[in-house]
Amino acid sequence: MVIQTPSVGSPPTLPDASGHFDQFGGKFVPEALYAALAQLEAEFHAAQADPAFATELNALLADYTGRPSPITEVPRFAAHAAPTGGVAPTIVLKREDLNHTGSHKINNVLGQALLTRRMGKTRVIAETGAGQHGVATATAAALFGLDCTVYMGRVDTERQALNVARMRLLGAEVIAVESGSRTLKDAMNDAMRDWVSSVDHTHYLIGTVAGPHPFPLLVREFQRIIGTEARAQILQRYDRLPDAIAACVGGGSNALGIFADFVPDPEVALYGFEAGGAGVQTGRHAATISAGSVGVLHGMRTYVLQDADGQTRESHSISAGLDYPGVGPEHSWLAYTGRGHYEAVTDAEAMDAFALLSRTEGIMPAIESAHALAGAVKLGRRLPQRSDGTPPLILVNLSGRGDKDVDTAVRWFDVDTSGSPSTAGQTR
Amino acid sequence: MTTKGPGADLGRSGRLIADITASGRGALVGFLHVGYPDVATSLLAVEALCSQERSGDDQRPGVDLVEVGLPYSDPMMDGVTVQRAGTKALARGVRTRDAFAAVEAVAATGTQAVVMTYWNLIEQYGPDSFARDLAAAGGSGAITPDLTPDEATAWIAATDAHGLDRIFLVSPSSTDERIAATVAACRGWVYATAVMGVTGVRSQASAAGPALVRRIRRADPTAMVGVGLGVSNGAQARDVTTYADAVIVGSALVRTLLAAEDDGRPDDLSGLRAVVADLAAGVRASTSVVS
Repeated sequence: MVIQTPSVGSPPTLPDASGHFDQFGGKFVPEALYAALAQLEAEFHAAQADPAFATELNALLADYTGRPSPITEVPRFAAHAAPTGGVAPTIVLKREDLNHTGSHKINNVLGQALLTRRMGKTRVIAETGAGQHGVATATAAALFGLDCTVYMGRVDTERQALNVARMRLLGAEVIAVESGSRTLKDAMNDAMRDWVSSVDHTHYLIGTVAGPHPFPLLVREFQRIIGTEARAQILQRYDRLPDAIAACVGGGSNALGIFADFVPDPEVALYGFEAGGAGVQTGRHAATISAGSVGVLHGMRTYVLQDADGQTRESHSISAGLDYPGVGPEHSWLAYTGRGHYEAVTDAEAMDAFALLSRTEGIMPAIESAHALAGAVKLGRRLPQRSDGTPPLILVNLSGRGDKDVDTAVRWFDVDTSGSPSTAGQTR
Repeated sequence: MTTKGPGADLGRSGRLIADITASGRGALVGFLHVGYPDVATSLLAVEALCSQERSGDDQRPGVDLVEVGLPYSDPMMDGVTVQRAGTKALARGVRTRDAFAAVEAVAATGTQAVVMTYWNLIEQYGPDSFARDLAAAGGSGAITPDLTPDEATAWIAATDAHGLDRIFLVSPSSTDERIAATVAACRGWVYATAVMGVTGVRSQASAAGPALVRRIRRADPTAMVGVGLGVSNGAQARDVTTYADAVIVGSALVRTLLAAEDDGRPDDLSGLRAVVADLAAGVRASTSVVS
């Protein structure tokens, strides 16, 4: 099948010209960054209007990333998502795990790398949690000949050591951030500090739909291709739209990527699954929309995990990529308006889904994506049958693959990595 | 005594700086956190920034304006020195309301105080409540490093309602249009970040400072301008006041408190007093070169 890859997107109604999604979003940044944000916004709009930009980006997405990514129906997994005594839902995965570098992050990185070149800048910096965005950025920097520095919390460098090695092998400098909680939010703080000092030659390649305007806009537009492809693929295969879409939400770029083209379809329910960590009631979680309040963090007004004074709370999740106490402002808006539904999935539920997909379908998901899978199981158990008697159709964004998470899974499941003694050839 | 003519809304803190420049020297602005090394000691520390009036002996001038910094969990403009102190203050339990106690301690010495805080702390306290309590504590206004006039509707209303100064930042990368709009939105004075970077001591004064001050003065010749980021000693302070109305010192003060704690003497303010004395002497030595 041939899928029309979109141009970078038709002018959206939100955010407004100043970067607001109603009360959310905006630009809460030091004046020193204003000029760079204005330059980036102007370059993004110029690129959107330039057919050559879309042509080059689409060629990269096809020939380098391997797009379009397929959709895969997973009936053996879905059998575990049936309501008691009921019929299993149809669950379909959008396979962003099959992209070059192993996740959806490359979609945005290639777009911003092209913008970096258009702006005449020679260096990119990035924050990373799980390391997927850092690896994608290091990859694009290698491809485009850009200098690259990746900021990663010390805690994350330890739990995602494999990705640190990948970034270094790709030629990037990796800085282990020791401040604050030493995770993703602190990596963003240090990347911002770097950018304030280096803005004349450096682009801050933010990896999610968060931060000050225009990042939430442009990252969404570079990730929109996920939903554009999936919508066409689902319509072609099932001749109807999905009843629900499930995606994990940390900052929220894979979720907005798959949501964006479905937002105008009121019959498609949009579900974002946040990291519930040890359980929302324990306080050790990263369920920003489910359990946070509106505040300002990292240049945007959005839901934030914060104390009564507005000091950011530390978030907790087994998934480094979701371990963030803020969320993209458009998600806050979708939640506030009721168009999107946001729920928490615990570490244990996510790891169960990680194991279930691995064993029933031979697909090992990233732990981030396993939160969406666990959410899909919950949806399957409670969504009603359709009026025509067919089971509900649930589209899951499988945003990344699980190779990076093997160490975590080995510890979680207490996997014996030594192998069993051979009994081949022995008579019984 | 002459001050610059009508134009900029000088408020309390800008009027203070204008009066000092009219007397023939530049003003000295000093930053310390409330809450470091702990709340009680930080109140003594901000008092130590101020002129020490002793009977028959006024030989210890201090800063002209105190910036009381509120520690914040995600201080994206702060360099490592200020971050380190702020992180410790938070770990030791400092609260937003403690800033008002620090402002009261400064005001009791007869010195003016402003609060410097990232915006979310004001937003969560409630902009109007924050302005009310800051005014009641005797504060002159606030500096908001991550709030530009673009997002400041609520803060402008609150500061207007309670008669407080609002000091916004301009940067070497600001366009002329943004400088003009920011200067117009300020009441009090304008905070010029003279280097592109986070806070921290630098060995050389920034060459960008004089150019930025000239651009601010082109936008409004009557504006009072403070220059910050990087000044650590009296000689550098003197240099800044040759072209700016006020010099802002932060990290060089904070590091004296960090050094005292590292030496096991967290209550020892002697290092702080020595740096303040050098800075205060520096701006006073500038009399002959201020035009």
